[in-house]
Amino acid sequence: MKAILSLVVAATLVGGVAGVAKAGQTFDTVKSRGQVACGVHTGLGGFGAPDQKGNWAGLDVDVCRAVAAAMFGDAKKVRYVPLSAQQRLPALQSGEVDLLSRNTTWTLTREASNGLLFAAVDFYDGQGFLVAKKLGVKTAKELNGATVCVQTGTTTELNLSDFARANKLDIKPVTIESFEEAASAFISGRCDAMTSDGSQLAAIRANQTPVPDDYVILPERISKEPLATAVRQGDDQWFNLVKWAFQAMVDAEEHGITSANVDAELKSADPNVQRLLGVTPGMGKSLGVDEKWAYNIIKQVGNYGESYDRNVGKDSKLKLERGLNDLWNKGGLMYAMPIR
Amino acid sequence: MAERLLRGGDGLLSGPIAWARKHLFSSPANTVFTLLALWVLGTVLPPLVDWALIKATWVGDPAACRAAGGACWALVTEKYRLILFGIYPFEEQWRPLLAVLLFIVMMLVAANPRCWRPWLAWVLPLALVAVAVLMWGGIFGLVLVPNDRWGGLPLTLILSVAGIVLSFPLAVVLALGRRSQLPAVRAWCVAYIELWRGVPLISVLFMASIMFPLFMPEGFTIDKLLRAQLGIILFTAAYVAEIVRGGLQAIPRGQYEAADSIGLTYWQKMRLVILPQALKVVIPPLVGQFITTFKDTSLVIIIGLYDLLSSTKVALSDPQWRAFYVEGYVVAALIYFVFSYLMSQYSQYLERRLSAGVRRG
Repeated sequence: MKAILSLVVAATLVGGVAGVAKAGQTFDTVKSRGQVACGVHTGLGGFGAPDQKGNWAGLDVDVCRAVAAAMFGDAKKVRYVPLSAQQRLPALQSGEVDLLSRNTTWTLTREASNGLLFAAVDFYDGQGFLVAKKLGVKTAKELNGATVCVQTGTTTELNLSDFARANKLDIKPVTIESFEEAASAFISGRCDAMTSDGSQLAAIRANQTPVPDDYVILPERISKEPLATAVRQGDDQWFNLVKWAFQAMVDAEEHGITSANVDAELKSADPNVQRLLGVTPGMGKSLGVDEKWAYNIIKQVGNYGESYDRNVGKDSKLKLERGLNDLWNKGGLMYAMPIR
Repeated sequence: MAERLLRGGDGLLSGPIAWARKHLFSSPANTVFTLLALWVLGTVLPPLVDWALIKATWVGDPAACRAAGGACWALVTEKYRLILFGIYPFEEQWRPLLAVLLFIVMMLVAANPRCWRPWLAWVLPLALVAVAVLMWGGIFGLVLVPNDRWGGLPLTLILSVAGIVLSFPLAVVLALGRRSQLPAVRAWCVAYIELWRGVPLISVLFMASIMFPLFMPEGFTIDKLLRAQLGIILFTAAYVAEIVRGGLQAIPRGQYEAADSIGLTYWQKMRLVILPQALKVVIPPLVGQFITTFKDTSLVIIIGLYDLLSSTKVALSDPQWRAFYVEGYVVAALIYFVFSYLMSQYSQYLERRLSAGVRRG
């Protein structure tokens, strides 16, 4: 007991000394530590969860891996810190993690009053409705008088009542404590509709309904949930690296560069590709990392489309459509800033 | 003839019918309750057995489970390693398995009064060191596994066993301090105990994992597991201290005075006369506290540690299997139940044994 207490005291003293070096040091700290400390979800299939063998996988997790690949040339140099919803912001603010890639919605207050900066949106989500096809409902506006299963204590519940009031609909919410129970209540027919984030509804439809084609997700999105990767304010170099690591993934998809063909693309005559892959040097130097930074990301993690398909898209269990998360020139919102 | 048979039936003193008459149908009220209980069992049991055993799927995929319509134990067959060991590296999971076995052996040995000998004081710490070596590795050719990858049952056992074992010395000091003649010492101990007992464990864990790092300089952290463990130890100590104090108060004044009169110092008196008797008295409530601590460790779910319950949740985060959450939680509950039930049985055994000693004396 005494040993532990004196350990705490000693650690506090050491911490006090280390505290002299501050502000803007995240980049150097990460570099000297040799690992990116990345805050992730404790378990959300497709976005961030340990798999059967305890290896982290998911769309959010791939952002951590991309940053590590850019920084160290090795996507494995990540220390995953699973965080609960309440823990995530303090963990980033206190420096326990270097970046937060944990299904976090980009909002004004989180930047303006919580001291965060959002670097990149890796998934555009929004709250929607799942109904049985036999109900014959085509839009959410027709849900007047319907019972809707919703999880309690979340903004989901609030959004639902806002939506009902704004559209003068008489929606009867059936609030259920846990998400799993809400889903099974809906499938067993206790409610006419189920509301949650679109990605979650798609997952329920694909995996939990007896016949997925008997169910349909209504087109309306009653809230916007841009899920983004965040860093702490105060180190713009680190912010830049995280932001551009993600941009490189999208840029690679725009140029059709995948983990399979990236070696062949090194010989590409396209100057944009040459700059991205470091054949024409300069980009890596500006970011303060190796010129092969983007090459390493694409080779080890893949481009955004590959990551999407593998984790949440057509090759995954969630089977989500690309939708808003498709490239801008295919009807989505993913638009890579020019790398030059 | 018939009359005699009937009387003979009434005169039966043993056998199942007599037992049932005596225990189940002795009065009209009892008869009603018995029939009611039988009716409840009759309605609940068949569907339960049907769900849990007859229609159950033991091996297969979610589609097979849905087709069968019963319990989906295939979830456990598929994910038992994730449930039991959390995110501990897959190839190394024989190590936490050994650690759990070691823990169980250690508890059995420590629980057996025949083993309460001086050598136990050496063997138990050695076993703890062995558990630490197994879990961490880094020596003897074992791969180093940082403790943020520990999880599942071993983590639950570590948190609870270390919680009770390390809180115990602190608790004894606090209990003695609360009964001390020195006002300053007494005030400190009372303040400590009342402060820690006045807050729920969940807020202690919250403070340790969320507020504490904010007071520290940026980038500086104390290990998350250590913080949670310290919180559990300090919290448990306050409760154990009050249990020990109850034991101290149960010792007759004459014992204190007798020890004083033969010229023992305060510490000698406590060590040789009072504490051995007091601690013996409080073993049953101590075991009760151990059960509470064991179950309370599941609260670390809110700070992102993968104890048994959280790793069950992770196993259920797989969208394909999410529908079968009931089965996952049933298995976790069974594991908790087995451990808690054994501890409570042990407490009753000790109570009988110790009271027998009192009667003999």
